[in-house]
Amino acid sequence: MAALGGDRRALARLLTAVENRTPVAEAALRELYPKAGRAHLVGITGPPGSGKSTLVAAIIGRLREAGRSVAVLAVDPSSPITGGALLGDRVRMQAYAGDRDVFIRSMAARGHAGGLSSATGAAAAVLDAAGFDLILIETVGTGQSEVEVAAMADTTVVLEAPEMGDEVQAIKAGLLEVADIVVVNKGDRPGAQRTAAQLRAMLVAAPKVGRGDGRPRPKAPEVLLTTAATGEGVPQLLAALERHRAAGQGSDAAATRLARAEAQVWAIAAERLRSRLHDPTHRSATASTLRAVADHDLDPYAAADRLLADVE
Amino acid sequence: MPDRPIKVLIAKPGLDGHDRGAKVLARGLRDEGFEVVYTGLRQTPEMIATAALQEDVDVVGLSILSGAHMTLLPRICRLLQEEHLDDVLVTAGGIIPDDDVPALKEAGVDEVFGPGTTIREVADYLRANVHPRD
Ligand SMILES: Nc1nc2c(ncn2[C@@H]2O[C@H](COP(=O)(O)OP(=O)(O)OP(=O)(O)O)[C@@H](O)[C@H]2O)c(=O)[nH]1
Ligand SMILES: [Mg+2]
Repeated sequence: MAALGGDRRALARLLTAVENRTPVAEAALRELYPKAGRAHLVGITGPPGSGKSTLVAAIIGRLREAGRSVAVLAVDPSSPITGGALLGDRVRMQAYAGDRDVFIRSMAARGHAGGLSSATGAAAAVLDAAGFDLILIETVGTGQSEVEVAAMADTTVVLEAPEMGDEVQAIKAGLLEVADIVVVNKGDRPGAQRTAAQLRAMLVAAPKVGRGDGRPRPKAPEVLLTTAATGEGVPQLLAALERHRAAGQGSDAAATRLARAEAQVWAIAAERLRSRLHDPTHRSATASTLRAVADHDLDPYAAADRLLADVE
Repeated sequence: MPDRPIKVLIAKPGLDGHDRGAKVLARGLRDEGFEVVYTGLRQTPEMIATAALQEDVDVVGLSILSGAHMTLLPRICRLLQEEHLDDVLVTAGGIIPDDDVPALKEAGVDEVFGPGTTIREVADYLRANVHPRD
Protein backbone atom coordinates (compact mmCIF):
# COMPACT_ATOMS: atom_id res chain seq x y z
CA MET A 1 0.00 0.00 0.00
CA ALA A 2 1.56 3.28 -1.13
CA ALA A 3 0.00 5.11 1.84
CA LEU A 4 2.08 3.02 4.22
CA GLY A 5 5.23 3.13 2.14
CA GLY A 6 5.93 6.82 2.61
CA ASP A 7 3.74 8.33 -0.11
CA ARG A 8 2.24 11.23 1.82
CA ARG A 9 -0.33 12.09 -0.82
CA ALA A 10 -1.59 8.51 -0.85
CA LEU A 11 -1.71 8.60 2.96
CA ALA A 12 -3.75 11.81 2.91
CA ARG A 13 -6.15 10.33 0.36
CA LEU A 14 -6.56 7.14 2.36
CA LEU A 15 -7.46 9.26 5.40
CA THR A 16 -10.12 10.97 3.31
CA ALA A 17 -11.53 7.59 2.29
CA VAL A 18 -11.55 6.57 5.95
CA GLU A 19 -13.42 9.75 6.89
CA ASN A 20 -15.95 9.06 4.16
CA ARG A 21 -16.23 5.35 5.08
CA THR A 22 -15.77 4.15 1.53
CA PRO A 23 -15.35 0.50 0.51
CA VAL A 24 -11.73 1.34 -0.40
CA ALA A 25 -11.17 2.42 3.19
CA GLU A 26 -12.60 -0.76 4.64
CA ALA A 27 -10.40 -2.92 2.45
CA ALA A 28 -7.34 -0.87 3.36
CA LEU A 29 -8.12 -0.95 7.08
CA ARG A 30 -8.45 -4.73 6.98
CA GLU A 31 -5.13 -5.04 5.26
CA LEU A 32 -3.20 -2.62 7.45
CA TYR A 33 -4.62 -3.58 10.84
CA PRO A 34 -1.92 -6.19 11.59
CA LYS A 35 0.70 -3.49 11.00
CA ALA A 36 -0.86 -1.09 13.51
CA GLY A 37 -0.42 -1.29 17.27
CA ARG A 38 3.11 0.02 17.57
CA ALA A 39 2.58 3.75 17.92
CA HIS A 40 1.98 5.53 21.20
CA LEU A 41 -1.52 7.04 20.95
CA VAL A 42 -1.81 10.14 23.10
CA GLY A 43 -5.11 11.96 23.58
CA ILE A 44 -5.04 15.67 24.39
CA THR A 45 -8.31 17.01 25.72
CA GLY A 46 -9.48 19.97 27.76
CA PRO A 47 -11.63 23.08 27.64
CA PRO A 48 -11.69 25.41 24.61
CA GLY A 49 -8.73 27.73 24.57
CA SER A 50 -6.76 25.90 27.25
CA GLY A 51 -3.86 25.60 24.80
CA LYS A 52 -4.23 22.11 23.35
CA SER A 53 -3.01 23.02 19.86
CA THR A 54 -0.17 25.14 21.19
CA LEU A 55 0.90 22.26 23.41
CA VAL A 56 0.71 19.83 20.50
CA ALA A 57 3.02 22.13 18.52
CA ALA A 58 5.46 22.28 21.43
CA ILE A 59 5.41 18.48 21.77
CA ILE A 60 6.08 18.09 18.05
CA GLY A 61 9.12 20.35 18.38
CA ARG A 62 10.60 18.30 21.21
CA LEU A 63 9.91 14.98 19.55
CA ARG A 64 11.59 16.10 16.35
CA GLU A 65 14.67 17.15 18.32
CA ALA A 66 14.71 13.58 19.61
CA GLY A 67 14.39 12.28 16.04
CA ARG A 68 10.96 10.75 16.50
CA SER A 69 8.18 10.93 13.94
CA VAL A 70 4.78 12.27 14.89
CA ALA A 71 1.29 12.50 13.44
CA VAL A 72 -1.54 14.69 14.68
CA LEU A 73 -5.30 14.29 14.35
CA ALA A 74 -6.98 17.53 15.35
CA VAL A 75 -10.76 17.38 15.65
CA ASP A 76 -13.07 20.39 15.56
CA PRO A 77 -16.87 20.50 15.71
CA SER A 78 -19.18 20.47 12.68
CA SER A 79 -22.21 22.71 12.51
CA PRO A 80 -25.29 20.56 13.10
CA ILE A 81 -27.23 22.82 10.76
CA THR A 82 -25.02 23.24 7.70
CA GLY A 83 -22.58 20.37 8.20
CA GLY A 84 -19.77 22.87 7.71
CA ALA A 85 -16.78 23.18 10.02
CA LEU A 86 -13.98 25.60 10.76
CA LEU A 87 -10.82 23.63 11.41
CA GLY A 88 -8.41 26.06 13.04
CA ASP A 89 -6.00 23.98 15.10
CA ARG A 90 -3.40 23.98 12.37
CA VAL A 91 -2.78 27.69 12.83
CA ARG A 92 -0.58 26.86 15.81
CA MET A 93 1.29 23.99 14.16
CA GLN A 94 2.98 25.64 11.22
CA ALA A 95 6.65 25.19 11.76
CA TYR A 96 7.02 21.75 10.23
CA ALA A 97 6.22 22.25 6.55
CA GLY A 98 8.48 20.05 4.49
CA ASP A 99 9.35 17.77 7.41
CA ARG A 100 8.24 14.34 6.20
CA ASP A 101 8.20 12.96 9.72
CA VAL A 102 5.45 15.31 10.83
CA PHE A 103 1.94 14.75 9.49
CA ILE A 104 -0.94 16.94 10.64
CA ARG A 105 -4.54 16.28 9.73
CA SER A 106 -7.63 18.23 10.75
CA MET A 107 -10.92 16.37 11.05
CA ALA A 108 -14.46 17.64 11.39
CA ALA A 109 -16.51 15.80 14.01
CA ARG A 110 -19.34 15.41 11.46
CA GLY A 111 -22.10 15.13 14.01
CA HIS A 112 -20.36 12.60 16.21
CA ALA A 113 -20.60 13.44 19.91
CA GLY A 114 -17.85 12.69 22.38
CA GLY A 115 -15.14 15.09 21.19
CA LEU A 116 -13.96 13.05 18.21
CA SER A 117 -15.29 12.09 14.79
CA SER A 118 -16.51 8.55 14.23
CA ALA A 119 -13.53 7.96 11.92
CA THR A 120 -10.83 9.16 14.34
CA GLY A 121 -10.01 5.70 15.63
CA ALA A 122 -9.64 4.28 12.14
CA ALA A 123 -7.58 7.30 11.05
CA ALA A 124 -5.24 6.72 13.99
CA ALA A 125 -4.85 3.08 12.96
CA VAL A 126 -3.83 4.22 9.46
CA LEU A 127 -1.18 6.60 10.84
CA ASP A 128 -0.03 3.92 13.25
CA ALA A 129 0.43 1.42 10.41
CA ALA A 130 2.21 4.13 8.39
CA GLY A 131 4.91 4.00 11.04
CA PHE A 132 4.57 7.20 13.06
CA ASP A 133 6.11 6.80 16.51
CA LEU A 134 3.63 9.01 18.28
CA ILE A 135 0.09 9.95 17.35
CA LEU A 136 -1.42 12.96 19.09
CA ILE A 137 -5.20 13.23 19.04
CA GLU A 138 -6.51 16.70 19.89
CA THR A 139 -10.20 16.56 20.74
CA VAL A 140 -12.86 19.17 20.26
CA GLY A 141 -12.61 21.73 23.09
CA THR A 142 -14.49 19.83 25.72
CA GLY A 143 -17.04 20.61 28.32
CA GLN A 144 -16.95 17.63 30.58
CA SER A 145 -18.59 14.72 28.86
CA GLU A 146 -16.40 14.47 25.80
CA VAL A 147 -14.22 11.72 27.19
CA GLU A 148 -14.32 9.27 24.32
CA VAL A 149 -10.66 9.82 23.55
CA ALA A 150 -9.72 8.01 26.76
CA ALA A 151 -11.08 4.79 25.34
CA MET A 152 -8.97 5.20 22.22
CA ALA A 153 -5.66 6.56 23.47
CA ASP A 154 -2.93 4.72 25.34
CA THR A 155 -2.37 7.85 27.40
CA THR A 156 -4.90 10.60 27.99
CA VAL A 157 -3.68 14.09 28.85
CA VAL A 158 -6.27 16.48 30.27
CA LEU A 159 -5.38 20.12 29.90
CA GLU A 160 -6.52 22.79 32.26
CA ALA A 161 -5.74 26.49 32.29
CA PRO A 162 -5.51 28.68 35.37
CA GLU A 163 -8.15 31.27 36.24
CA MET A 164 -10.91 28.98 35.16
CA GLY A 165 -12.35 29.29 38.64
CA ASP A 166 -15.44 27.23 39.13
CA GLU A 167 -14.67 25.23 36.08
CA VAL A 168 -12.13 23.20 38.01
CA GLN A 169 -15.01 21.90 40.06
CA ALA A 170 -17.04 21.06 36.98
CA ILE A 171 -14.17 19.28 35.34
CA LYS A 172 -13.61 17.14 38.37
CA ALA A 173 -16.81 15.34 37.56
CA GLY A 174 -15.95 14.40 34.00
CA LEU A 175 -12.63 14.99 32.38
CA LEU A 176 -10.37 14.40 35.34
CA GLU A 177 -11.76 10.92 35.74
CA VAL A 178 -10.24 9.86 32.45
CA ALA A 179 -6.91 11.64 32.86
CA ASP A 180 -3.71 9.67 32.97
CA ILE A 181 -1.79 12.93 33.16
CA VAL A 182 -3.22 16.32 34.13
CA VAL A 183 -1.49 19.38 32.72
CA VAL A 184 -2.06 22.90 33.94
CA ASN A 185 -1.03 24.98 30.94
CA LYS A 186 -0.36 28.72 30.74
CA GLY A 187 2.11 28.37 33.58
CA ASP A 188 3.14 31.96 32.90
CA ARG A 189 -0.26 33.18 34.08
CA PRO A 190 -0.99 34.09 37.67
CA GLY A 191 -2.77 31.35 39.54
CA ALA A 192 -1.21 28.47 37.62
CA GLN A 193 0.66 27.10 40.62
CA ARG A 194 -2.44 27.42 42.76
CA THR A 195 -4.62 25.63 40.20
CA ALA A 196 -2.08 22.79 40.04
CA ALA A 197 -1.99 22.53 43.82
CA GLN A 198 -5.81 22.46 43.97
CA LEU A 199 -5.95 19.74 41.37
CA ARG A 200 -3.32 17.67 43.17
CA ALA A 201 -5.24 17.91 46.42
CA MET A 202 -8.45 17.00 44.67
CA LEU A 203 -6.94 14.00 42.94
CA VAL A 204 -5.22 12.70 46.05
CA ALA A 205 -8.46 12.99 47.95
CA ALA A 206 -10.28 10.95 45.31
CA PRO A 207 -7.67 8.77 43.67
CA LYS A 208 -9.98 5.89 42.94
CA VAL A 209 -12.55 7.54 40.72
CA GLY A 210 -13.52 5.11 38.00
CA ARG A 211 -12.29 5.52 34.46
CA GLY A 212 -15.74 5.50 32.98
CA ASP A 213 -15.30 1.90 31.89
CA GLY A 214 -16.01 0.66 35.38
CA ARG A 215 -12.42 -0.18 36.23
CA PRO A 216 -10.79 1.54 39.19
CA ARG A 217 -7.88 3.79 38.38
CA PRO A 218 -4.66 2.32 39.71
CA LYS A 219 -3.24 5.58 41.01
CA ALA A 220 -3.84 9.31 40.97
CA PRO A 221 -2.64 10.99 37.76
CA GLU A 222 0.42 13.20 37.81
CA VAL A 223 -0.27 16.93 37.70
CA LEU A 224 2.25 18.89 35.64
CA LEU A 225 2.68 22.55 34.81
CA THR A 226 3.51 23.72 31.26
CA THR A 227 3.82 26.94 29.35
CA ALA A 228 3.07 25.65 25.88
CA ALA A 229 3.77 29.07 24.38
CA THR A 230 7.45 28.87 25.39
CA GLY A 231 7.88 25.10 25.65
CA GLU A 232 8.52 25.23 29.36
CA GLY A 233 7.54 22.00 31.11
CA VAL A 234 7.21 20.10 27.84
CA PRO A 235 10.28 17.86 28.44
CA GLN A 236 8.75 16.86 31.78
CA LEU A 237 5.47 16.10 30.04
CA LEU A 238 7.25 13.89 27.49
CA ALA A 239 9.00 12.06 30.32
CA ALA A 240 5.63 11.51 32.01
CA LEU A 241 4.19 10.19 28.74
CA GLU A 242 7.09 7.74 28.52
CA ARG A 243 6.60 6.64 32.11
CA HIS A 244 2.93 6.08 31.56
CA ARG A 245 3.61 4.08 28.45
CA ALA A 246 6.28 1.97 30.13
CA ALA A 247 3.96 1.27 33.06
CA GLY A 248 1.32 0.39 30.52
CA GLN A 249 2.84 -2.88 29.50
CA GLY A 250 1.04 -4.36 32.53
CA SER A 251 -2.41 -5.80 33.03
CA ASP A 252 -4.21 -2.46 33.27
CA ALA A 253 -3.11 -1.58 29.76
CA ALA A 254 -4.11 -5.01 28.52
CA ALA A 255 -7.60 -4.36 29.88
CA THR A 256 -7.63 -0.97 28.15
CA ARG A 257 -6.66 -2.56 24.84
CA LEU A 258 -9.35 -5.18 25.24
CA ALA A 259 -11.95 -2.51 25.99
CA ARG A 260 -10.82 -0.60 22.91
CA ALA A 261 -11.07 -3.71 20.75
CA GLU A 262 -14.55 -4.40 22.06
CA ALA A 263 -15.69 -0.84 21.37
CA GLN A 264 -14.34 -0.97 17.81
CA VAL A 265 -15.86 -4.32 16.96
CA TRP A 266 -19.12 -3.44 18.62
CA ALA A 267 -19.43 -0.23 16.60
CA ILE A 268 -18.86 -2.14 13.36
CA ALA A 269 -21.22 -4.95 14.33
CA ALA A 270 -23.96 -2.47 15.24
CA GLU A 271 -23.45 -0.61 11.96
CA ARG A 272 -23.62 -3.86 9.97
CA LEU A 273 -26.72 -5.00 11.81
CA ARG A 274 -28.42 -1.70 11.11
CA SER A 275 -27.59 -1.78 7.44
CA ARG A 276 -28.79 -5.40 7.11
CA LEU A 277 -32.08 -4.53 8.77
CA HIS A 278 -32.56 -1.82 6.17
CA ASP A 279 -31.39 -3.77 3.13
CA PRO A 280 -33.98 -4.64 0.43
CA THR A 281 -34.66 -8.13 1.85
CA HIS A 282 -35.44 -6.98 5.39
CA ARG A 283 -36.56 -3.40 4.91
CA SER A 284 -40.32 -3.93 4.93
CA ALA A 285 -40.31 -6.43 7.82
CA THR A 286 -38.15 -4.03 9.84
CA ALA A 287 -40.49 -1.16 9.09
CA SER A 288 -43.60 -3.04 10.14
CA THR A 289 -41.96 -4.25 13.37
CA LEU A 290 -40.96 -0.69 14.22
CA ARG A 291 -44.44 0.55 13.43
CA ALA A 292 -45.93 -2.06 15.76
CA VAL A 293 -43.74 -0.72 18.56
CA ALA A 294 -44.74 2.85 17.75
CA ASP A 295 -48.41 1.80 17.98
CA HIS A 296 -47.78 -0.06 21.25
CA ASP A 297 -48.92 -3.31 19.65
CA LEU A 298 -45.51 -4.85 20.31
CA ASP A 299 -43.07 -4.22 23.14
CA PRO A 300 -39.55 -3.09 22.18
CA TYR A 301 -37.91 -6.19 23.66
CA ALA A 302 -39.98 -8.57 21.59
CA ALA A 303 -39.32 -6.34 18.58
CA ALA A 304 -35.56 -6.53 19.11
CA ASP A 305 -35.72 -10.31 19.39
CA ARG A 306 -37.80 -10.50 16.23
CA LEU A 307 -35.40 -8.28 14.26
CA LEU A 308 -32.40 -10.31 15.41
CA ALA A 309 -34.18 -13.52 14.40
CA ASP A 310 -34.99 -11.98 11.01
CA VAL A 311 -31.33 -11.49 10.07
CA GLU A 312 -30.03 -14.77 11.52
CA MET B 1 -19.97 16.35 -6.60
CA PRO B 2 -18.69 14.44 -3.61
CA ASP B 3 -21.37 13.42 -1.11
CA ARG B 4 -19.24 14.71 1.73
CA PRO B 5 -18.61 18.37 2.52
CA ILE B 6 -16.14 20.06 0.19
CA LYS B 7 -12.86 20.66 2.02
CA VAL B 8 -11.21 24.03 1.53
CA LEU B 9 -7.89 25.42 2.71
CA ILE B 10 -7.97 29.15 3.37
CA ALA B 11 -4.47 30.52 3.62
CA LYS B 12 -2.90 33.91 3.69
CA PRO B 13 0.48 33.98 1.97
CA GLY B 14 2.77 36.96 2.30
CA LEU B 15 3.89 39.23 5.04
CA ASP B 16 1.05 41.66 5.59
CA GLY B 17 -0.68 41.34 8.93
CA HIS B 18 -4.34 41.55 8.00
CA ASP B 19 -6.37 38.38 8.09
CA ARG B 20 -9.80 39.83 8.72
CA GLY B 21 -10.97 39.17 5.18
CA ALA B 22 -9.62 35.63 5.19
CA LYS B 23 -11.32 34.89 8.50
CA VAL B 24 -14.64 36.27 7.28
CA LEU B 25 -14.37 34.07 4.20
CA ALA B 26 -13.44 31.00 6.29
CA ARG B 27 -16.43 31.47 8.58
CA GLY B 28 -18.73 32.28 5.69
CA LEU B 29 -17.76 29.11 3.83
CA ARG B 30 -18.28 27.08 7.00
CA ASP B 31 -21.78 28.53 7.16
CA GLU B 32 -22.26 27.48 3.53
CA GLY B 33 -21.52 23.88 4.58
CA PHE B 34 -17.84 23.61 3.66
CA GLU B 35 -15.16 22.07 5.86
CA VAL B 36 -12.64 24.88 6.07
CA VAL B 37 -9.07 24.44 7.22
CA TYR B 38 -7.88 27.85 8.29
CA THR B 39 -4.13 28.28 8.61
CA GLY B 40 -3.77 31.93 9.44
CA LEU B 41 -1.29 34.64 8.59
CA ARG B 42 2.14 34.73 6.99
CA GLN B 43 2.05 31.41 5.21
CA THR B 44 5.02 30.48 3.09
CA PRO B 45 4.27 28.70 -0.19
CA GLU B 46 5.83 25.57 1.35
CA MET B 47 3.47 25.68 4.34
CA ILE B 48 0.50 26.05 2.02
CA ALA B 49 1.55 23.14 -0.19
CA THR B 50 2.19 20.93 2.86
CA ALA B 51 -1.19 21.78 4.37
CA ALA B 52 -2.99 21.16 1.05
CA LEU B 53 -1.29 17.78 0.74
CA GLN B 54 -1.83 16.55 4.30
CA GLU B 55 -5.38 17.84 4.56
CA ASP B 56 -6.28 16.47 1.11
CA VAL B 57 -8.36 19.53 0.34
CA ASP B 58 -10.47 20.02 -2.77
CA VAL B 59 -9.77 23.75 -2.90
CA VAL B 60 -6.91 26.06 -1.97
CA GLY B 61 -8.23 29.58 -1.44
CA LEU B 62 -5.53 32.23 -1.20
CA SER B 63 -6.13 35.66 0.21
CA ILE B 64 -3.42 38.13 -0.63
CA LEU B 65 -3.13 41.84 0.04
CA SER B 66 0.58 42.39 0.09
CA GLY B 67 1.05 43.06 -3.62
CA ALA B 68 3.38 40.08 -3.93
CA HIS B 69 0.80 37.97 -5.76
CA MET B 70 2.81 37.78 -8.99
CA THR B 71 5.63 35.96 -7.23
CA LEU B 72 3.76 34.07 -4.49
CA LEU B 73 0.80 32.68 -6.41
CA PRO B 74 2.75 31.09 -9.28
CA ARG B 75 5.17 29.64 -6.76
CA ILE B 76 2.33 28.06 -4.77
CA CYS B 77 0.82 26.63 -7.97
CA ARG B 78 4.20 25.17 -8.92
CA LEU B 79 4.61 23.50 -5.51
CA LEU B 80 1.10 22.06 -5.69
CA GLN B 81 1.91 20.61 -9.10
CA GLU B 82 5.14 19.14 -7.78
CA GLU B 83 3.12 17.38 -5.07
CA HIS B 84 0.81 16.03 -7.83
CA LEU B 85 -2.11 18.04 -6.51
CA ASP B 86 -3.21 18.99 -10.03
CA ASP B 87 -6.85 18.22 -9.28
CA VAL B 88 -7.01 20.82 -6.51
CA LEU B 89 -8.91 23.97 -7.43
CA VAL B 90 -6.85 27.11 -6.74
CA THR B 91 -8.60 30.43 -6.18
CA ALA B 92 -7.29 33.82 -5.14
CA GLY B 93 -8.82 36.95 -3.73
CA GLY B 94 -7.73 40.19 -2.16
CA ILE B 95 -6.17 43.06 -4.04
CA ILE B 96 -5.24 41.80 -7.49
CA PRO B 97 -5.33 44.18 -10.47
CA ASP B 98 -7.30 42.94 -13.49
CA ASP B 99 -4.22 43.25 -15.67
CA ASP B 100 -2.47 40.53 -13.66
CA VAL B 101 -5.28 37.99 -13.91
CA PRO B 102 -4.38 36.41 -17.28
CA ALA B 103 -0.82 35.71 -16.16
CA LEU B 104 -2.03 34.22 -12.89
CA LYS B 105 -4.45 31.95 -14.74
CA GLU B 106 -1.63 30.95 -17.01
CA ALA B 107 0.37 30.01 -13.89
CA GLY B 108 -2.38 27.73 -12.60
CA VAL B 109 -4.80 29.89 -10.62
CA ASP B 110 -8.29 28.73 -11.59
CA GLU B 111 -10.21 31.83 -10.56
CA VAL B 112 -9.54 35.29 -9.16
CA PHE B 113 -12.27 36.92 -7.07
CA GLY B 114 -12.46 40.70 -7.12
CA PRO B 115 -13.09 42.86 -4.05
CA GLY B 116 -16.89 42.95 -4.39
CA THR B 117 -17.39 39.16 -4.56
CA THR B 118 -19.88 37.80 -2.02
CA ILE B 119 -19.31 34.64 -0.03
CA ARG B 120 -22.33 33.11 -1.69
CA GLU B 121 -20.76 33.71 -5.10
CA VAL B 122 -17.52 32.09 -3.97
CA ALA B 123 -19.45 29.12 -2.53
CA ASP B 124 -21.45 28.68 -5.72
CA TYR B 125 -18.30 28.84 -7.83
CA LEU B 126 -16.59 26.21 -5.70
CA ARG B 127 -19.57 23.85 -5.75
CA ALA B 128 -19.78 24.13 -9.53
CA ASN B 129 -16.08 23.79 -10.26
CA VAL B 130 -14.54 21.47 -7.69
CA HIS B 131 -13.03 18.45 -9.40
CA PRO B 132 -14.94 15.26 -8.74
CA ARG B 133 -13.11 12.50 -6.87
CA ASP B 134 -13.66 8.82 -7.13
N1 LIG C 1 -0.04 32.93 28.17
C1 LIG C 1 -0.13 31.77 27.52
N2 LIG C 1 -0.98 31.64 26.50
C2 LIG C 1 -1.07 30.44 25.87
C3 LIG C 1 -0.28 29.34 26.27
N3 LIG C 1 -0.61 28.29 25.49
C4 LIG C 1 -1.56 28.72 24.63
N4 LIG C 1 -1.84 30.02 24.86
C5 LIG C 1 -2.80 30.87 24.14
O1 LIG C 1 -4.11 30.43 24.39
C6 LIG C 1 -4.93 30.61 23.24
C7 LIG C 1 -5.60 29.32 22.84
O2 LIG C 1 -4.60 28.38 22.45
P1 LIG C 1 -4.92 27.11 21.56
O3 LIG C 1 -3.68 26.29 21.52
O4 LIG C 1 -5.54 27.48 20.28
O5 LIG C 1 -6.03 26.42 22.49
P2 LIG C 1 -6.90 25.12 22.17
O6 LIG C 1 -7.14 24.44 23.47
O7 LIG C 1 -6.27 24.31 21.10
O8 LIG C 1 -8.24 25.76 21.65
P3 LIG C 1 -9.45 25.04 20.86
O9 LIG C 1 -8.86 24.07 19.88
O10 LIG C 1 -10.18 26.17 20.22
O11 LIG C 1 -10.29 24.35 21.91
C8 LIG C 1 -4.01 31.16 22.15
O12 LIG C 1 -4.16 32.54 22.12
C9 LIG C 1 -2.64 30.78 22.63
O13 LIG C 1 -1.64 31.64 22.17
C10 LIG C 1 0.63 29.52 27.36
O14 LIG C 1 1.37 28.62 27.76
N5 LIG C 1 0.68 30.75 27.95
MG1 LIG D 1 -7.01 23.69 19.26
